[in-house]
Amino acid sequence: MVPLLLLSVALVLTCLQFGTQWIGFGQVLDIVRTVVREGSVESEQIGTTGVILMQVRLPRLLLGLLVGACLASVGVVLQALLRNPLADPYVLGVSSGAALGVALAILLGIGSTFLALSVLPLCGFFGGLLSLVVVYRMAVSYGRLPIHSLLLAGVILNSIFSALIMFITSIMEPNRSAGTMTWLMGTLTAPSYPALAILACYLLGGLFLLLQQARRLNVLTLGEESARSLGIETEQVKRRVYLLSALITGAVVSVSGMIGFVGMVIPHAVRLMLGADHRLLLPASALAGGMYLMIADTAARTLLSPAEVPVGIITALAGGPFFIYLLMWKKDRFA
Amino acid sequence: MSLSPAHTQSMLDQAGPGASASRKAYEVQALRFRYQPPSRGEANWVLDGLTFNVQAGEILGIVGPNGSGKTSLLKLLAKVLRPHDGGMALFGRDLGMMPQVEVARTVAFVPQESPQVFSFTVMETVLMGRYPHHRRATWSAGFGWESAEDLSIADQAMQYTDLTHLAGRSVMDLSGGERQRCMIARALAQAPQVLLLDEPTAFLDLQHQMEICAIVRRLKDERGLTVVLVSHDLNLASQYCDRILMLKAGALFRLGTPHDVMDADVLKAVYGCDVLIDRHPDSGVPRVTLPQYRAAKNVGGRL
Repeated sequence: MVPLLLLSVALVLTCLQFGTQWIGFGQVLDIVRTVVREGSVESEQIGTTGVILMQVRLPRLLLGLLVGACLASVGVVLQALLRNPLADPYVLGVSSGAALGVALAILLGIGSTFLALSVLPLCGFFGGLLSLVVVYRMAVSYGRLPIHSLLLAGVILNSIFSALIMFITSIMEPNRSAGTMTWLMGTLTAPSYPALAILACYLLGGLFLLLQQARRLNVLTLGEESARSLGIETEQVKRRVYLLSALITGAVVSVSGMIGFVGMVIPHAVRLMLGADHRLLLPASALAGGMYLMIADTAARTLLSPAEVPVGIITALAGGPFFIYLLMWKKDRFA
Repeated sequence: MSLSPAHTQSMLDQAGPGASASRKAYEVQALRFRYQPPSRGEANWVLDGLTFNVQAGEILGIVGPNGSGKTSLLKLLAKVLRPHDGGMALFGRDLGMMPQVEVARTVAFVPQESPQVFSFTVMETVLMGRYPHHRRATWSAGFGWESAEDLSIADQAMQYTDLTHLAGRSVMDLSGGERQRCMIARALAQAPQVLLLDEPTAFLDLQHQMEICAIVRRLKDERGLTVVLVSHDLNLASQYCDRILMLKAGALFRLGTPHDVMDADVLKAVYGCDVLIDRHPDSGVPRVTLPQYRAAKNVGGRL
């Protein structure tokens, strides 16, 4: 865990260099030192370059770290509860459910632009929860969740929800619909520090509560009947974890749109390295997911510089083929 | 599968009250259970009015045709399912009133299949059996790491089931017999007084069947464990169980020693087919064999 933490700090410093304008590592360190000494991120102290670094790039990187951590963690817990390594909030339609809730709120004009304090995360939560319930009900048969019905349920829900989202964006005013489309594709935008702080409190709190369920999640992978015979109130734990997952996903989608496959790629990779114990897997996946999204977003900012690619496109292009690989060559291990 | 005297002793210490033979592990009164509500005049009872006791320290085999309610009964004893009606007592305490985690400290349940899709190691899986003994009522109850005591109990459980050399192996890479032993080790790590096994030898070849049976027998003899097992294999039940409970369509048909239950008339009444009964050449317990197939004269030609 400590190496991963150090690695993520190093990665933040590395990623800070990239952008439309290259800022050398020495200069990055200088500015960071000034900020730490002065305790301020205003341009009088650190100049234009400093403002780019500290008010544009850094908050966006931190947002990426946070969003990636949440997506990977939700992926881990959904996989444990559904006993299926292919589960991912994006694949199962939880993200699109949340997006539908948020898009609806934007259409009705009940969301303000100050995202972290708005009701948008709440709308996302209800949308995400709705998807989870529907997917579960559609896929469950005789107490089991066959992998193919689970994926099918996600596909169907995704297409229904995207149709509804398309409809909503099509009846919006043109200038708002363009912004909504960009957000939907999965985009990180530099937040203000207060907004970032509020979001961080909310999301890290959620992750902390999930982490408390780690040992129970281990036991739940034995199957619900075994878990109950080991003294776990399975319904209570499941309800709690599903609610937390929907809350986290709702908030994440409301700030960054639909960023797919992070919740599937990262837990899989971390499991290969550290094993399946959720007490390690969950925090390690959170850090790894955060780093992964930081790298993806840095690529999104620089590949077509000065234009930007939505980061959701990059994670989908990286994660989609991985999903196909798992489904084609590894499915006999978990079908 | 050698066991040093020190280990045997510490295992015995944990067996606790289960070791005394006179007590009743379970008292089951007029037990009724169904999965679905009644429909179209059908009561849909899976188990209807079962009354029996399980003596502490005995091996009780539950046998009966497919769909006679064997597995449901086992799950009711584990409190994995809740009865519709009737009373169950576990060592004198009302099972219905006991918190799930307290049941788990006394009763360990091994389902017929334990599919695992994540690469937990054997050691990690066995340690999951320590969950009910985790000190809780703290904010980190769901997190907590295992103590040194937990590790040593898991070690013993793995020695007992001859899994020590596989401790670091992923359970996904185990053979059927190894996986079944791993699940039994997980159950032993619970330090239970009662072990509930659902078809412990299903899908296993002869050698692995023998291994599992030997483990079960030793658990009874050395640790005084009460074992309730469901089996399709009448001969295995006859050979390894002290008493046999024969179910027919959710009702208790006969309960007694293998000699009482493995009777041609009883089996004809329950399974609806003629069988041959003779003696096991080694142990003398009843042995059940299907007779030679002879085509009935009036239908033989048409088949």
